[in-house]
Amino acid sequence: MSTEWSIEAGARVVADASGVPGPLLPLLLALQEEFGYVDPAAIQLVAKALNVSRADVHGVVTFYSDLRTTPPGARTVAVCRGEACQSVGGRALEAHAQERFGVGFGETTADGSVTLDQVFCLGLCALSPAVVVDGRALGRVTAARFDEVVGV
Amino acid sequence: MSVTVYVPGDSGARAVGADEVAVALAAEAAARGIDVAIVRNGSRGLYWLEPLVEVATPRGRVAYGPVAARDVAALLDAGILDADGAALDGGARDVDGAVHELALGRTDDIDWLASQQRVTFARVGVVDPRSPDDYEAHGGIAGLLAALGMPPAEVVEAVVASGLRGRGGAGFPTGVKWRTVAEAESSVKFVCCNADEGDSGTFADRMLMEGDPFTLIEGMAIAAYAVGASQGFVYIRSEYPDAVASMRRAITTARERGWLGTDILGSGVSFDLDVRVGAGAYICGEETAMLDSLEGRRGMVRPKPPLPAIAGLFGRPTVINNVLSLATVPTVLASGAEAYQELGVGRSRGTQVFQLAGNVARGGIVETAFGLTLRELVEGYAGGTRSGRPVRAVQVGGPLGAYLPAEQLDLRMDYEELAAAGAMLGHGGVVVFDDTADMMAQARFAMEFCAAESCGKCTPCRVGAVRGVEVIDRILVGPPGERAGQVALLEDLCELMTDGSLCAMGALTPNPVRSALSLWPQSLGAPS
Repeated sequence: MSTEWSIEAGARVVADASGVPGPLLPLLLALQEEFGYVDPAAIQLVAKALNVSRADVHGVVTFYSDLRTTPPGARTVAVCRGEACQSVGGRALEAHAQERFGVGFGETTADGSVTLDQVFCLGLCALSPAVVVDGRALGRVTAARFDEVVGV
Repeated sequence: MSVTVYVPGDSGARAVGADEVAVALAAEAAARGIDVAIVRNGSRGLYWLEPLVEVATPRGRVAYGPVAARDVAALLDAGILDADGAALDGGARDVDGAVHELALGRTDDIDWLASQQRVTFARVGVVDPRSPDDYEAHGGIAGLLAALGMPPAEVVEAVVASGLRGRGGAGFPTGVKWRTVAEAESSVKFVCCNADEGDSGTFADRMLMEGDPFTLIEGMAIAAYAVGASQGFVYIRSEYPDAVASMRRAITTARERGWLGTDILGSGVSFDLDVRVGAGAYICGEETAMLDSLEGRRGMVRPKPPLPAIAGLFGRPTVINNVLSLATVPTVLASGAEAYQELGVGRSRGTQVFQLAGNVARGGIVETAFGLTLRELVEGYAGGTRSGRPVRAVQVGGPLGAYLPAEQLDLRMDYEELAAAGAMLGHGGVVVFDDTADMMAQARFAMEFCAAESCGKCTPCRVGAVRGVEVIDRILVGPPGERAGQVALLEDLCELMTDGSLCAMGALTPNPVRSALSLWPQSLGAPS
């Protein structure tokens, strides 16, 4: 379970993670690891700690698709959209997942229960289609198996 | 006496239930009072048989697969762990005396595997990836010892002589790159491993890092010694958490063994290594974008020159090689450049690790000397499509590779022959599509992918990909009378992206687009 975001807790993470060469991205990843997302208020904190502009930090946050600026849902589900998965029904599974949760990729359900994401290749291309549910990768996923795994 | 059983810890095997099999096996064995040692090895690369369980016997390892957790009790009943059971010809037998239906016989006798020439992948799936002793027992560290016994310049020349070319996709001679870095004047140099394996249809880097991580560390240590670098980074994509964990664990072990650190194997040579994790950006597999990302910034492509070999990470001379290139180096040093050079055809020397993926009956890793045809891979090893339908297209070399029609299956899989056919080997991924594939949708996806993953530095790629999606949509749903004009526009756009983009992302995206269009069953120019 993630720690709840606060400026004080964020400052501790920033202090711990600033020592590496090229620290900006590792620091943002450390914040996300700790809090589940990068709170917009962390941007100034990081900019100050690394003596870079807020625009620089914002630029990195928005460049990488892993970095979120809002808390994720209680569960996270990502569907692979790579060509290998497409070749064995991946597109139907993409549609199925979106329909199941009633949200598009990159969105969280209104009740905050699930965040649905797209991912471009999980390296499970001989076991397509593939999804990741709460950090756990699964191969040879049918619509029925998807429903079974995500519950509901 | 304890029986050793191998249940892959490879993330592919885990994605189809290997962890559950390992748990069931431990429980069933305990219930029967059998002492088992379960090793979580890498995958042998026969993914249609995963989870592939192997039992060590006096006759060698005997394989069973694909094993589900619910099969475990029956397998134990059939005697897979009994000294005589697993030792039987072909593996354990059911109560009626028939060979168990999951029994595959000795692993080494499985034709699919036996017909390969595994050089880079020699240890993957064989050794325990957590055990440095096992690594040494299977020939590990011999390459590093050999390298440390010769002057650095000779190490560079040995790699040049081997003919090893970069396995990431571009195929640049590895040794020549090293020579440039070695000759560059700088007090600080770096060795970076590009493990941002983002191409759909490729998974060899992941398998190697999970199944034989010490090989990569050894290869990087050799590279560092050869060029005079003291610090290295492995840049691994975040989609590969198991590979990240495997490499971090192996680096810690390697430091303890003196394979990394301030005095490598007592030679006085100093080199240390860190893992850096990406954050979901395909473009960071492009080497200069990877450098920016390693420096903690947006992964933006840099114009070349300067080459990273002259001014790379933090502006210092930097070797950047793919996982497979670096993992092949220990073999080259241990067995000699000639032995490696003798494999292959033309200017494609050594072996290539092909990855069979997508709609295939038998997906996985095929490593052989260069010279195989696409047909031998797709119809031979892969056994055709998983759906049983005819092949419509094969995409070779990842999302930026051309779609090849079934008529081109006789192409030989080497750098030059593929290039001559307008295709590319890339990182060796082979993704098969059957005749239900909508090629126009694939063309659109190629543009959509480029639009999503472009770093945004150059206009042809950043804007061109967005316009590409729009033009394809107009071809698909616009007035039929305007179709010919839109097709001409798309052709024009493809030409501009090819000629005007800064890196391969924008320049190669037209490959799948143009080739998919040519495979589209309807005639594009004709009114429908």
